[in-house]
Amino acid sequence: MSAADEAEVIAEGQVVEAVPKRAMTLSTGTSLTVLVVLLLIPLLVKNFIIFQMTMLLIYGLAVLALNILTGGSGQFSLGQSAFYAVGAYTSAILMEQFNVNYALTLPIAGVICFAFGFLFGQPALRLSGVYLALATFALATAMPQLLKLGYFEQWTGGVQGLVVTKPDAPEFLENALKMVHLKMSQDMWLYYFTLVITVAIYLWSVNLLRSRSGRALMSIRDNEIAASSMGVNVALYKTLAFGVSAGITGVAGGLGAIAVQFVAPDSYTITFAISLFLGMVVGGVGWLPGSFVGAAFIIFVPNISESISKGLSGAVFGVLLFFVIFLVPHGARQVAIVGQQLAGRFRR
Amino acid sequence: MRSCQLHAAVIAAAVFALTSSAALAQKKYDTGASDTEIKIGNIMPYSGPASAYGVIGKTEKAYFDKINAEGGINGRKINFISYDDGSSPPKAVEQARKLVESDEVLVVFNPLGTPSNSAIQKYMNARKVPQLFVATGATKWNDPKDFPWTMGWQPSYQSEARIYAKYLMKEKPDGKIAVLYQNDDFGKDYVKGLKDGLGSKSSTVVAEESYETSEPSIDGHIVKLKASGADVFISITTPKFAAQAIKKLAEIDWHPLHIVSNVSASVGGVLQPAGFENAQGMLSAAYAKDGADPQWDNDPGMKKFFAFLAKYYPDANKLDGSVVYGYGVAQTLVQVLKQCGDDLTRENVMKQAASLKDFETDTLLPGIKINTSPTDFAPISQLKMMRFKGEKWDLFGDIISGDLSN
Repeated sequence: MSAADEAEVIAEGQVVEAVPKRAMTLSTGTSLTVLVVLLLIPLLVKNFIIFQMTMLLIYGLAVLALNILTGGSGQFSLGQSAFYAVGAYTSAILMEQFNVNYALTLPIAGVICFAFGFLFGQPALRLSGVYLALATFALATAMPQLLKLGYFEQWTGGVQGLVVTKPDAPEFLENALKMVHLKMSQDMWLYYFTLVITVAIYLWSVNLLRSRSGRALMSIRDNEIAASSMGVNVALYKTLAFGVSAGITGVAGGLGAIAVQFVAPDSYTITFAISLFLGMVVGGVGWLPGSFVGAAFIIFVPNISESISKGLSGAVFGVLLFFVIFLVPHGARQVAIVGQQLAGRFRR
Repeated sequence: MRSCQLHAAVIAAAVFALTSSAALAQKKYDTGASDTEIKIGNIMPYSGPASAYGVIGKTEKAYFDKINAEGGINGRKINFISYDDGSSPPKAVEQARKLVESDEVLVVFNPLGTPSNSAIQKYMNARKVPQLFVATGATKWNDPKDFPWTMGWQPSYQSEARIYAKYLMKEKPDGKIAVLYQNDDFGKDYVKGLKDGLGSKSSTVVAEESYETSEPSIDGHIVKLKASGADVFISITTPKFAAQAIKKLAEIDWHPLHIVSNVSASVGGVLQPAGFENAQGMLSAAYAKDGADPQWDNDPGMKKFFAFLAKYYPDANKLDGSVVYGYGVAQTLVQVLKQCGDDLTRENVMKQAASLKDFETDTLLPGIKINTSPTDFAPISQLKMMRFKGEKWDLFGDIISGDLSN
């Protein structure tokens, strides 16, 4: 990570700062440590903490999707809550109305949201920067009302929402654990299930951004005209980026519906979309591991500000956010870089 | 001789065992209760579009402080743990889980908001933790068969709407009704009650406008409703939007018969900010005494209430109906806990909550009593209509029961 690398990425007239490919992920050692920690935590803590960790992974996935879209292809989106809602409702409706197994609902939710995102990406091609942000904002604002429409009420439950049944651990696992006199709670099972899916999607996303398609996306982000003159099909890749991002958010939404056990239109407002955007910025735009740091921020910092002051919790949250942005404008990525430099110096 | 001694020994042992087990059976606790404290959980919107109701949580805290200062309940202090859900159902689920699994409360008392309560209802019942005296009037909380751990407190929205429908059919049978309602459980419950109450005459509803809590202002909807030519306006709104409606009505010079839902009938919280001159002639219904009404100045119950505010919550706005509400519901909980005695299991708490007979709080209107039974989980189901005149509400008519049979 030389100074030259950092300098080259701060180009003039760029809306989204490019992240050098080498810095896109954590080193193998750190990644493995984090994975081991994530695997062991549920065995040591209470069910409620496991639930919070599951929500962290789920929101982390949603922020990851936004990172691919904004950090990868340079398109702004304040509308991720809409895709999350579609994913959540797809899962809920399939589980409750059509008795589909919960694990199956996730790929279905992913595919439906991919299609939805791809279709939205088409008109979005004409827009960029703030105008695209406004269009996605409109999508997010419209979604709760669409979900409340009387026409869909028989499936969506209208304003009352739908209660989702929490799944138990599968039979074979329960029987295997019974042999060693262990029991897996629903929360623990759901956590490991979410962890497997999250790791899979994370590895896939890292691979995507390192591949030819990823390079195409990043070239569009850095300089669209140069990219198209190099033969990159800008229109296709831009809509694909929307589709992929929406698909991952949809899977996150489905997992969210199962974890919270309840879907309601008012759960997926524009405030949620803005929180995801916040999470992305705090984690570091374009830095995939930062998605989970960002998710932790949007889950735990509001709780912290509430414990400081009930009436002014919003103001306290604003102040904390301001400090974070002021001290580390590039988010968690900056912290990680500093950490790496310190570790490097330590090793010498 | 030995057999006599043996007999005596057996009898002594039996007596000893019986009395000691009886003594042990005296105190029974579930998680959240002990010899010295009772942990009560609560979820309130201290932030977000319904943050006007946050004062209810603050009032309840102050009331429990008072009870603790006076020695607690049967010698135990109340530890009141209240979290903010910002009116977001997933956040409410998180806070409910936190209260039950992390803070290990005995009951979750008076969580506010129909969507938030809908989100946690299944969890609370699956966990067998009382979801007691929920702060919403949705009709679905009175369902002891399917949800034996959930109980409401205030009169249900549908019964209140039916009362308004009855009144309109009697006083304004040819009226044209315009309805503004919040597009969620709360609003839709009212509209159902209204249409059920009007029955065959539901065609008198000439215009309906719904709004979202995320909208900053409902002015546009009011203008549309005026254009419908209605002469009755029913405002099914929460405080912030009710005040906006009153102001807009005056601004566009529209003076229909204005009925507002009880949740927004607060003098201090809604009418004062909207302007008393704009609220003249408004109708609503009440089940509690109003701090702004001088007719209660010498009422012993209200005097206790004012004394409580002066000592434990001096910043409170006496005229805010939410403060009166918080006091009344907290008093009901204290009664239930007192009735529990030393058996502070969750099951017994629900049992005692379902056996309130003619219980009167300091703040309920005279004649309105709290009654529950194992098949009736609606503690308050009576209301009295009132009209706003000058700077206060004037009650009129008899106490009406909002039950279906009427």
